Amino acid sequence: MKAWLFHLVALAGLAVLAAVLPAYHANNLARVLVLAVYATGYNLAFGYTGMLSLGHALFFGAGMFGAALPVTLWGWGGVPVLALGMLAGGVVAGAVGLLALRTKGVSFMIVTLMFAQAGYLTLIWFNAVTGGDQGLVLPGAARRVLGIDLTQDAPRLWLALGIYAVALLLAVALVRSRFGRIMLAMRENEERSRMLGYNPYAVKLKVLVVSGLYAGLAGAAYGLFFGYAGAGFATVQYSILPMLYSLLGGAGTALGPLIGAAAMFWLIDFVSSLTNAYLMLVGVALIVLVLFAPRGILGFVRERWLPWLP
Amino acid sequence: MSFGPFLLLALMEGLVSAAVLALMASGLSLVFGVMRVVNVAHGAFFMTGAVLAWFVAGHVPGPPVWGWLAALVVVPPMVGLMAAAVDTLVLKRLEYEPEAVIVATIGLLYILEQAALIGFGPDARPVAAPFSLRLQLPWFGYSGYKLFVVAAAGLVLLALWLVMTRTRFGLVMRATQVDRTTARAFGINVDRVYAGTFGLGAALAAVAAVLVVPTTQVHYLMGGDPLLLSFITVIIGGLGSLRGTLVAALIIGLSDGVISMFWAPTLSKIIATLLVALVLVFRPQGLFGAKA
Repeated sequence: MKAWLFHLVALAGLAVLAAVLPAYHANNLARVLVLAVYATGYNLAFGYTGMLSLGHALFFGAGMFGAALPVTLWGWGGVPVLALGMLAGGVVAGAVGLLALRTKGVSFMIVTLMFAQAGYLTLIWFNAVTGGDQGLVLPGAARRVLGIDLTQDAPRLWLALGIYAVALLLAVALVRSRFGRIMLAMRENEERSRMLGYNPYAVKLKVLVVSGLYAGLAGAAYGLFFGYAGAGFATVQYSILPMLYSLLGGAGTALGPLIGAAAMFWLIDFVSSLTNAYLMLVGVALIVLVLFAPRGILGFVRERWLPWLP
Repeated sequence: MSFGPFLLLALMEGLVSAAVLALMASGLSLVFGVMRVVNVAHGAFFMTGAVLAWFVAGHVPGPPVWGWLAALVVVPPMVGLMAAAVDTLVLKRLEYEPEAVIVATIGLLYILEQAALIGFGPDARPVAAPFSLRLQLPWFGYSGYKLFVVAAAGLVLLALWLVMTRTRFGLVMRATQVDRTTARAFGINVDRVYAGTFGLGAALAAVAAVLVVPTTQVHYLMGGDPLLLSFITVIIGGLGSLRGTLVAALIIGLSDGVISMFWAPTLSKIIATLLVALVLVFRPQGLFGAKA
């Protein structure tokens, strides 16, 4: 009960922010929320189940192009392309997982990285369709979902908040469920949970597919909300970002990825007004976090004050 | 030009990239073999070596050969020392936990790249070749320096092999690789071995960089492709096996040269990355590794 209340209050706080923020920051908040959906899905695999993947950019990219290609090729739009993008993320994650989950630890990381790299190069290879590095600009006509015009700042922000709210609450429900306990068991001691009769391969594959659905939806939403899909979103950097958001906000906490995404986004926004080498900040943050604060912000809060936080 | 000479040219180009790749990948393989960690910043060490080589070569007066020689002498130890410092300050504190090391070296990669962007700038810049001998074959002329790169890389690798098999440092390194706890019990300073190994691995990347910059250009993002290729090489060759790494570097360098010459480089990269993923899944010991 406390846990649900906590997250509902947090969402209410976001709604207040969405209502009062000036236009520039409201637009940033929409981006942060979509990235937070992505990172929340990543965190399900990484923070809760212990799968360090460097291939999520492939799922994000699959979602983005799974939504963008029907728009540019067949003139689709709205909810069907969002759903298609989400599905594409899940299917690709399942296919990668079928093979990659035969490995674990460092090998899993390299296998996912290699699949993602091959996916990125494939997007470049078919640049006649995907636009390659140039990417695709999505026409305004396709960017309407349920009558909401996504070319306008305010409606876009509210839809982003709605999607994030659903994504967050589903994640909370998932990790608090019986299955969520098994996910934690995989992270803590895979061999022991196997001995207790659970099938690590099946559990991790399911989590990876869910994580891919999150990434796919986020990719599709990002493309549709901001009107652009590019192969750049499938590069390894977009696998590292959700990992960074999760680590900063607290790996294995439901709200952590949003906190991490917001903190990092506004930090980079601030620093990039000073220097073009703003990614230096990402590097420093990664090292400092892994050295001194491996639990992240919410992990620290949970350890100190709120032990019931999911 | 008919097919034969074309193939010869492709093979020669492939041999040059194989030589450089072997140097890079043996550094990565060494670090993985002894320390059981993956160094994602290996390409960034390569790039740092190239940038420093450009810097050193630009500050030595006289003919280009002096600047280049100075770079070859000065740069690898600099990069090696820097890596050893990173090992002591960061990796040691992480207790070489594999996944934490990956995250930390990703961070290091960003820091080095962005530092190069600040200090060196976004432009690609050339380094003059130490000599401009041109080897005239019946069908085409070929850069004598590129053949020198192959010979030099061979010499460095031979030296590495001698160090690993014939010296006390190599013995200590191999002992640590087999069993770090027992090595410690026998009075080996494992911390220093790790720092030395990490430094040596980075220095090998820097040697590769100094050798290669006269044939290409220095750029702050130049580490990405070599990193991926060395990953591929090390995995195909079997993680941690130096001999397998050399064989794999030869195969990958040559086939990359041929495929890129006759087909598209993007396609060859797609095939290579997929191949690596499948090798790791179905033959984790590598194509040439004997045991797991």
